[in-house]
Amino acid sequence: MGNQDEKTTSKVANSILIETAARKRERKQLLIISLVCIFLFFGIWEIAVRLNWIDGKYLCAPSAVIKTFMTKLSDPKPDGAVLGIHIITSLKLVLIGYIAAIIIGVPLGLLMGYYHTFDKLVSPIFEIIRPIPPIAWIPLSIIWLGVGTAAKCFIIFLAAFVPCVINSYTGVKLTPPVLVNVAKTCGATRWEIFSTVCVHYAMPLTFTGIQVSLGNAWSTLVASELVSATAGLGYMIQQGRSLVRPDIILVGMLTIGILGAIFTTLLSKLENKVVKWRAKS
Amino acid sequence: MDEQLGTIKVKLRNISKSFYSRKEVFEAVDNISIDVYENEFLVLLGPGQCGKTVLLNMISGLESPTEGTVQFTDNNATDVGFVFQKTAVFPWKTVMENVELPLELKKEDKTERRKRAQYLIDLVGLNGFENSLPKQLSGGMKQRVGIARAYANNPQVLLMDEPFGALDAQTRYQMEEEVLRIWEQEKRTVIFVTNNIEEAVYLADRVIVLSSCPAKVKEIYNIKLQRPRDYVNQDFLRLREAIEKNTDLAL
Repeated sequence: MGNQDEKTTSKVANSILIETAARKRERKQLLIISLVCIFLFFGIWEIAVRLNWIDGKYLCAPSAVIKTFMTKLSDPKPDGAVLGIHIITSLKLVLIGYIAAIIIGVPLGLLMGYYHTFDKLVSPIFEIIRPIPPIAWIPLSIIWLGVGTAAKCFIIFLAAFVPCVINSYTGVKLTPPVLVNVAKTCGATRWEIFSTVCVHYAMPLTFTGIQVSLGNAWSTLVASELVSATAGLGYMIQQGRSLVRPDIILVGMLTIGILGAIFTTLLSKLENKVVKWRAKS
Repeated sequence: MDEQLGTIKVKLRNISKSFYSRKEVFEAVDNISIDVYENEFLVLLGPGQCGKTVLLNMISGLESPTEGTVQFTDNNATDVGFVFQKTAVFPWKTVMENVELPLELKKEDKTERRKRAQYLIDLVGLNGFENSLPKQLSGGMKQRVGIARAYANNPQVLLMDEPFGALDAQTRYQMEEEVLRIWEQEKRTVIFVTNNIEEAVYLADRVIVLSSCPAKVKEIYNIKLQRPRDYVNQDFLRLREAIEKNTDLAL
């Protein structure tokens, strides 16, 4: 009997081993496919430029982009500032606008979702502002705030603000009535229902809104730096165009891409922490 | 025949409830008068969609009747515990935090409420799952959380709205047994709503059969079968059949 048991246990352990090995192999294969794809893409690009299939003033080789990236780390030429200064300038703009959008937008959306009167009070104005593209605000914001940091932050703020409001609003609206009833029968006040039930329930959707806002903030950055900037990633790209330096343009684009990816990853990490209760579907 | 039923806990008098929409009036409950006795297990049995939930909501105070009154004889203690139809646990709270919620809302002392919640968690058989999140629990376990939380309110009356409707048959039988065990251990007045005749006969001291829409009291059965009851006992089956014949069919 004991022997039999041992046999089944070892059989189970064995099948688990086989299963994990198979999964590992599959993951490795998928990784190889992704890597091959990236190498092919850059390889063809490199060859196309080297063999002069594409004129150098339209596009430069990936190797040249990396070289420019390296020199830009310490060399302010030809656009007036080293890469670090560009990054810090842009980051400041994006972060101020973005964080302000979250701090104002999320609570506004949550309250609008819960308090009907407040909703009716605010939403007519909000609905009119919502469809206006953030870039259309550039002229007005220059008149109001001048050509400095404030105007740029304001435009980024507007772009990031809308998804924050809409998503947190919808999140509260979707709270199941039964959960509200539970709180009611436990003697919760209206404010307690809002703070202990609705706000929590709205969190996953709110985070989606915050993620969308982040994309909006970065994409508005370049446009906002059209307004008389002296540094910044968007400004750098503009300079690259005037100087016909595709490598500078690409370094600017690449940097924005990398920064965006880093932010998204950090946000996802935070999201997983805050809403770890969400059931994976 | 009512001599041994004891003191009255809740009086429902001439309760009616209608819902108005722009085009029509929907009558859910029509002139129901019921006395609920202390520590009895009262089952409201009726076909689907006939206003049972509405009746419970009115007793709990979630809704108010169009006509009639709900009166708790002990005026100071109108607290109810409500176990809802769908699993109504807060997905972001652990088992412990879910059970603690009513006590937290009453601003009870932290160590006190933890002690009370732990007692209730043990009572419903969830010992060891205090720190689990609802997504890690089965349907039956979630309903156990709901029951423990309803008890945490320290209710005078426990309201249960088809709590086992969403469970599979096996778990359902198990939970029926459990709810009786818990009730024996922590006696409360229970008003239990179901559309399952077998469940009603198994659980109840009294079964009140409600008619189809709008809900009216059709018949009251005193179930005097000995506990624990046997689903295939002759008397059980006879009673079950009698009630079955007297129940309106749901469409």
